[in-house]
Amino acid sequence: MAQIVIDTANHIAGYAAKAARVKVVAAYPITPQTTVVEKIAEFVENGEMDAEYIRVESEHSAMAACIGAAAAGVRTFTATSAHGLALMHEALHWASGARLPIVMVVVNRAMGAPWSIWPDFSDSLSQRDTGWIQFYCADNQEVFDTIIQAYRLCEDERVFLPAMVCLEGFILSHTYMPVKIHDQEEIDAFLPPYKSGWTLDVNNPLTHANLVSPDWYMEFRYMIQEAMENAKRLIPEIDKEYGKRFGFQYGGLIEKYRCEDAELVICTMGTMGAEAKIAVDNLRREGLKVGVARVRVFRPFPVEEIRKLAEQTRMITTIDRHISFGMEGFLATEVKASIYHMKNKPLVAGFIAGLGGRDVTFKTIESIAKKSMKWLEKGRVEKETEWVDLKE
Amino acid sequence: MVTIKDLPKEEYLLKGHAACAGCGPSIALRLLFKALGNKVIMVVPACCTTVIQGPYPLTCFAVPLQNMLFEATGATASGIVAALRIKGLEDITVVGWAGDGGTVDIGIQALSGAAERGTNFIYICYDNEAYGNTGLQRSGATPYGAWTTTTPKGKKERKKDMPFIMAAHRIPYVATACPSYPIDLINKLRKAREIKGTKYIHILTPCPTGWRYDTSKTIEIGRLAVQTGVWALYEIENGRFKLNPPSDRLVDKTKRKPVKEYLSMQERFRHLTDADIEKIQKWVDEDWEFYRTLTTLERCI
Repeated sequence: MAQIVIDTANHIAGYAAKAARVKVVAAYPITPQTTVVEKIAEFVENGEMDAEYIRVESEHSAMAACIGAAAAGVRTFTATSAHGLALMHEALHWASGARLPIVMVVVNRAMGAPWSIWPDFSDSLSQRDTGWIQFYCADNQEVFDTIIQAYRLCEDERVFLPAMVCLEGFILSHTYMPVKIHDQEEIDAFLPPYKSGWTLDVNNPLTHANLVSPDWYMEFRYMIQEAMENAKRLIPEIDKEYGKRFGFQYGGLIEKYRCEDAELVICTMGTMGAEAKIAVDNLRREGLKVGVARVRVFRPFPVEEIRKLAEQTRMITTIDRHISFGMEGFLATEVKASIYHMKNKPLVAGFIAGLGGRDVTFKTIESIAKKSMKWLEKGRVEKETEWVDLKE
Repeated sequence: MVTIKDLPKEEYLLKGHAACAGCGPSIALRLLFKALGNKVIMVVPACCTTVIQGPYPLTCFAVPLQNMLFEATGATASGIVAALRIKGLEDITVVGWAGDGGTVDIGIQALSGAAERGTNFIYICYDNEAYGNTGLQRSGATPYGAWTTTTPKGKKERKKDMPFIMAAHRIPYVATACPSYPIDLINKLRKAREIKGTKYIHILTPCPTGWRYDTSKTIEIGRLAVQTGVWALYEIENGRFKLNPPSDRLVDKTKRKPVKEYLSMQERFRHLTDADIEKIQKWVDEDWEFYRTLTTLERCI
């Protein structure tokens, strides 16, 4: 039976791990991820979840244990934040290189120094090139649904890659929302038992990940790129099937809101995408033709979807809860790269907002949109990267 | 008691491996499979065995082997053990096989965590007393005075006592070994397999490339390490310390050969002064006084 629970995104992530019938969880605590792994510990200890829970001594070991468990042939889960994710960095490469379909919740938190426990995407986005699929969620229901979808995607033989399901610390992690926990039998029907491309097996003794000469290394990398392209094709399909079965659907790679006739499209990720919908409704009432495109999947990046948007709009404004120092926000960079070959390109402006958890409200987004509209009237972007609400 | 004649004929370390001539670790590896057979899953971090196994698509291992990050052996084994338990495959022995750098230095945290959690596996440190794979740099297991490429005038610090660090985790079984004493090594591996929990075996594996001696002398060097008392063969079973033959006969100093016999066979020690050698002899003698005391105790740690 499906049930509605009112709970935080972190606890909901625990519910999702249980619903996915995860068999090995290895985790190390870090704020604001902690309540994810506390919830799972509760489920495992009270017998609701048939899983081994390895309380490792670091995040590096958490990912290494997940790699070992996934290699030995079971579905694995972990969760972390910020410095924990950074500590895992090396193992992230290993997980994707070994083509192991591990799913990890990243409760987004800003990187130090100085210490911050509040959210931005600097942790997960700095893992952009590790070969992990990256989902960004906008509410607690999406967290549940995306975790289930992620396992289905990662364990598809055309993919066999790991995925991060990212949610912003505190904004989602500790905020209560009603969430539908779908019927277990229906989830089982959607998500078959664990499948991976290979398993450590005494009856088929293979050596995994040994030294590869320059004669072969590039081919292994190319296969990961192909898998990412396959994932890009499969994510909308899986999302659609999920929507049919469970009634929740998220637009596949990009969730679009009132973009059809928009002169300006606000392009952002995570909860800012949800907040931007309010801003858009308000701006529309003022007669401004604005829409929102929430990039739900950052890797693989939805290049084609961005191009389609670019064909039908005059300007794209990105809002990045992240900065690549010495350049701009990643979203700005990726959007520009995506449309480079188009003949009639829209203007692109980049805004940096909400770093270290600074509030980005619909009012903030409205002012970003209005500034963008002014530049659009003038026909040029006056400042390529603008930091929002920056103290002088 | 096992004799050499009783050992299985099957080889799970296949011919054509890429170890140096006279490689101590490769002898220990062969004995590992003689002891445990092939119902084994290996975790191997960056170490000489990364090279010994041969490059893709070849391998010299006839058991499943997971190559893994340098510092992650203990944690990776934890994941494998957990997965096997869930799958009901607990008759498979999980073996972490790491060098000294991957154990006493970069891998000590993951190993300590795995041991503290009581992970049911055998962790083996094969100790050639330097980072061999990368060209013989100093590790925490390099002994005092030894030349390495990063201690061109000899290491100024003493070797880390890893077996006792592991014993302090209160794991059920810690042992030392040396491939020059194959039956002792095999017995220890087989005993470890029967014990539930974390088992730690530290094998001194002489390395002609790094220690600078003739490749035909590996077994002899290992014997001298034991006969001089530089390396003691012992077990710590549930906290109880026990010296094994022939080390059990060496508590009396007069039974031990002078350390000079061991040191002088290796060019890595050739710059040592008489004062250095005297200092090393004194430390070895002190260690043995310590061992003597430990043998009288119900629990050594």
